[in-house]
Amino acid sequence: MIHFVVHDEKDSVGVVVVEGVKSGEELTGWIMDQDKEIKVRAKNDIPIGHKLAIRELKTDETVIKYSTDIGRAVAPIKVGEHAHVHNIRTKRW
Amino acid sequence: MTIDLKNATFHGYRRENHRVGVRNHVVILPVDDLSNAACEAVANNIKGTLAIPHPYGRLQFGADLELHFRTLIGTGANPNVAAVVVIGIEDGWAKRVADGIAKTGKPVSFFGIEGHGDLETIRRASRQAKEYMHWASELRREERPLKDLWVSTKCGESDTTSGIGSNPCVGNAFDKLYPHGVTLVFGETTELTGGEHLVAARCRTPQVRERFMAMFNRYQEVVNRHKTGDLMDSQPTKGNIAGGLTTIEEKALGNIQKIGRKCVVDGVLDKAEAPGGPGLWFMDSSSAAAEMVTLCAASGYVVHFFPTGQCNVIGNPILPVIKICANPRTVRLMAEHLDVDVSGITRKEINMDQAGDKLLEMMFRTANGRLTAAETLGHREFVLTRLYESA
Repeated sequence: MIHFVVHDEKDSVGVVVVEGVKSGEELTGWIMDQDKEIKVRAKNDIPIGHKLAIRELKTDETVIKYSTDIGRAVAPIKVGEHAHVHNIRTKRW
Repeated sequence: MTIDLKNATFHGYRRENHRVGVRNHVVILPVDDLSNAACEAVANNIKGTLAIPHPYGRLQFGADLELHFRTLIGTGANPNVAAVVVIGIEDGWAKRVADGIAKTGKPVSFFGIEGHGDLETIRRASRQAKEYMHWASELRREERPLKDLWVSTKCGESDTTSGIGSNPCVGNAFDKLYPHGVTLVFGETTELTGGEHLVAARCRTPQVRERFMAMFNRYQEVVNRHKTGDLMDSQPTKGNIAGGLTTIEEKALGNIQKIGRKCVVDGVLDKAEAPGGPGLWFMDSSSAAAEMVTLCAASGYVVHFFPTGQCNVIGNPILPVIKICANPRTVRLMAEHLDVDVSGITRKEINMDQAGDKLLEMMFRTANGRLTAAETLGHREFVLTRLYESA
């Protein structure tokens, strides 16, 4: 069963695609572009559609999705942690 | 690919100017806010006609007024429309709109309210609308080649599943339609922010790239001039954020999936401007769903692909809006708004090629007459883009 999807293996985040992911659950991820599988343990409850980090991110580090810059971390983010507006912001505007 | 696009046809209404429509509306079109009541009364009198009320058209000037006329004329001229009754508060601008529509060769009449009053105008306009309705109801669909179809796209209430499933599904369909001479368009200028370099790299010539970047940079200046923060809750919207999208860059990179991997940006269009030939066009436009879809209809597009994540419920009065969704939760909760379910992508039940075919199959069914979810639910959002205040 696929719990989360990653666009590209260079990405630092994946997207949860099932409902009801709970903290502590071991999740299976599908890396779409390379058609590979990875495992990550969730560090928070994560709603469907929301992201989790699949790499550790330091404050101010660039967040990569679609193998492209999608903004910067504004707090440290651990692998398996919920990654969203509380710890990532745009670099534009 | 299971559909043979090379020999594919659909059944549409061939208009006087040889454009082909997939709907057969008789439209009662107000020039201004003051004429909405009369238009709605005519549409109530004559069954099957369609009034498209809106809040503007008074004391506009300059480029904003030109856009107003271009949008109204383009809407009436769209091949999904068989005939038009135009009503304005006075004759002058009503005639201007009617004359613009008449260039297509389709039947159009105009009525001014001043000097007659609503009731007399409604009486006269209703008699004309009744004649148009009898005439249009006897028009028949005929078989036309795929290249006669003009297809627009714009996504809405996107979430992360849009970039994973529904937007690349549209991209897959665009990649398949492009080589067959179909006329395609995308837009949403600010919603390319963070991925503008990817669109620029897809432009056919340096001239097209230059014009695209000029449009992109102009819109960035609008944002920078008026912003009070980083646009959080507006772009991305609250719905986008609830759906898991965090930044404009992330939203843009998902958005851009709609233009596929192969098709080339052949040219750029101003708002509501008609394209000069087949291929993929970029239209400089708002990213607000109803504004953009209204502009696509005014540019002459006859079928619209609308991928959504959290489910924007938008429709358009004359342009059938096909909703595509890859979010299993939205499919579970809001199925009545959706036409194509591609949520199987994230479960590996279908691949992108199959998803694209599923959308193309629905495109042909819609072009042949199947009503979309938005049409059956009565979604007729007609929203005119304004450039600045009225005088």
